[in-house]
Amino acid sequence: MNRLTTRFARIAVLLTGALLAQGAQANAGVQLLSFTPDTGNLASAQRGARNYMAYCSGCHSMKYLRYNRLAEDLKIPEDVLKKNLMFTSDKVGDPIKVAMPAASEQWFGRVPPDLSLESRARGPSWIYTYLKSFYIDESRPLGVNNTVLVGASMPHVLWELQGWQKKAEHKAEGEHAEAAGGHHEGSPFELVTKGSLTPKEYDEFVADTVNFMDYAAEPGKAGRISLGFKVLMYLFGLLVLTYFLKKEFWRDVH
Amino acid sequence: MAITPNPYKTTGTLGWIDDRFPLTKMWKDHLAEYYAPKNFNFWYFFGSLALLVLVNQLLTGIFLTMHYKPAADMAFDSVEYIMRDVPWGNVIRYMHSTGASAFFVVVFLHMFRGLLYGSYQKPRELIWVFGALIFLVLMAEAFCGYVLPWGNMSYWGASVIINLFGTIPFIGADLVTWIQGDFVPSDATLNRLFSLHVIALPFVLVGLVAAHILALHEVGSNNPDGVEIKKNKDPKTGIPLDGIAFHPYYTVKDMVGVAGFLIIFCGVLFFAPDGGGYFLEAPNFTPASQTNTPEHITPAWYFGTYYAMLRATPSFAGTQIWGVLVMGAAVVILFFVPWLDKSKVKSIRYKGPLSKAALTVFAINFVILNYYGLQPPSGTVTLISQVGTVLYFAFFLLMPWYSKIDKTKPVPERVTA
Repeated sequence: MNRLTTRFARIAVLLTGALLAQGAQANAGVQLLSFTPDTGNLASAQRGARNYMAYCSGCHSMKYLRYNRLAEDLKIPEDVLKKNLMFTSDKVGDPIKVAMPAASEQWFGRVPPDLSLESRARGPSWIYTYLKSFYIDESRPLGVNNTVLVGASMPHVLWELQGWQKKAEHKAEGEHAEAAGGHHEGSPFELVTKGSLTPKEYDEFVADTVNFMDYAAEPGKAGRISLGFKVLMYLFGLLVLTYFLKKEFWRDVH
Repeated sequence: MAITPNPYKTTGTLGWIDDRFPLTKMWKDHLAEYYAPKNFNFWYFFGSLALLVLVNQLLTGIFLTMHYKPAADMAFDSVEYIMRDVPWGNVIRYMHSTGASAFFVVVFLHMFRGLLYGSYQKPRELIWVFGALIFLVLMAEAFCGYVLPWGNMSYWGASVIINLFGTIPFIGADLVTWIQGDFVPSDATLNRLFSLHVIALPFVLVGLVAAHILALHEVGSNNPDGVEIKKNKDPKTGIPLDGIAFHPYYTVKDMVGVAGFLIIFCGVLFFAPDGGGYFLEAPNFTPASQTNTPEHITPAWYFGTYYAMLRATPSFAGTQIWGVLVMGAAVVILFFVPWLDKSKVKSIRYKGPLSKAALTVFAINFVILNYYGLQPPSGTVTLISQVGTVLYFAFFLLMPWYSKIDKTKPVPERVTA
């Protein structure tokens, strides 16, 4: 009869696994390039912070992140922080705000959103793909569109680095649909104007930026993971101890 | 019979207390001399684990309440404040959010144990009824808590659930406005759900848990054999021959369960607090917005089964109330289980193939319904949900029939090892 209960348990475990494996993925129907953030890669997150402050922070605030928290977590000295990363405030305890006036709604159609939590709201893969998916589209007011967020009001801020790309012909699109897992071979774009970075360098630039944004979405992430290992080690010890304690107490139960 | 103070004749400080308060008596009645069957198996861990999770929710909830602001324009910011600026705030918040999901996991398994071994049968009907009430209050508590971060999924989830009341004929629309305190979910709504979440519902929940445990200790625990251990007592001591003192035997055994549970719990808490997007949903990292509807509104994962039934029921005679009624009936029917089971035996071990098949199908169907309740709507999803809904109710409504005609095996006199 115990077999029945174990069978139930096994079915439950299998089904729960299947349920959890189904990650929630929402995008404009485009296959996202898979990107797993490299949590704890300080060098990459530091470069990402530089990228963000130079190219994004002019319009996008990160109001839930303070400058000194960023400096402390990413091991950036205060003088470097003040000199290279702080453009909207001189108080290190301030959150990352923008100098952008509210009137910017008239410039772009909407106020550029705060990006503190973007990596948790949309996912790192989404941001990674988005930053690589701007293409020339003369029908748009700014002459540029994005396959991930169709009709995006954001200009291609990184054009100097990436260059300009246009949508590849239909053939390539078909190939892309067939290429599983979002491989680069099936890229739906072709570069028409070169930027100052090679495609590989640009990918790294975007990866660093997303790593930083993933950090910013949850500054406590690296800390909780390292704490988690210690807690689990303690708990495995506790499991062994309690198991033998139970065995000892139960010796006289027959 | 009058109450005799200090029946155990303790002396000293303890005696002073026992003359005035039944401390020793309570200790003995509920722990040291509460005799539980010695053959509890794996499934019996989930009762004490549910208690552990309840305490976890109460304690972490106290600290969250110290920093959380129940106002529409501050709630979302205050949650991020807890996550970033409050010392240990992120761990406390994750303990609470993971705890909510863990609560439903252990409660579902605890309820399944009850079905497996007939723990609701005479004389344990009230234990089951209190348990079903706990489940009902827990769902309300979880819903209120889900709204508090005031993310976009909180907002639209609240909107969908509160609007279920709008299906009630005649008074529906006014009732929704009355519940929300506004024409849409708003500051007033958030504030009252906060009040329910931190005062009213936990208060009721703790009271019901006390009643659940008192009722259990009054009649004694059931066991995997469904044998009444009180029928065979040691003639000298009056202690059940198959019973062992809850403390220390089950306290040390439950500690093993706690350690095992905490490994899984902390594994999620520290390494995957989002639970793959099911414990903390991605759209909830965007502040609540009346103009920006999430692509696909789902309730929290633990409501999946009931949400599937809601969506599976077609509207009829110009109203959608049928889905709400079906969903409500799916919970209410749980209360009647003790009287639906006509079997001569308690435990699945001695029940016949019909009961075994019914419970197996029910358990698998419950998980499938839960899964499809969270998928975007489509023809297939609706069809599967409809079949699942019928199966769910068939398990209960046909129980008087199949439990009666089913062949049973003889129940042993004493518990088996």
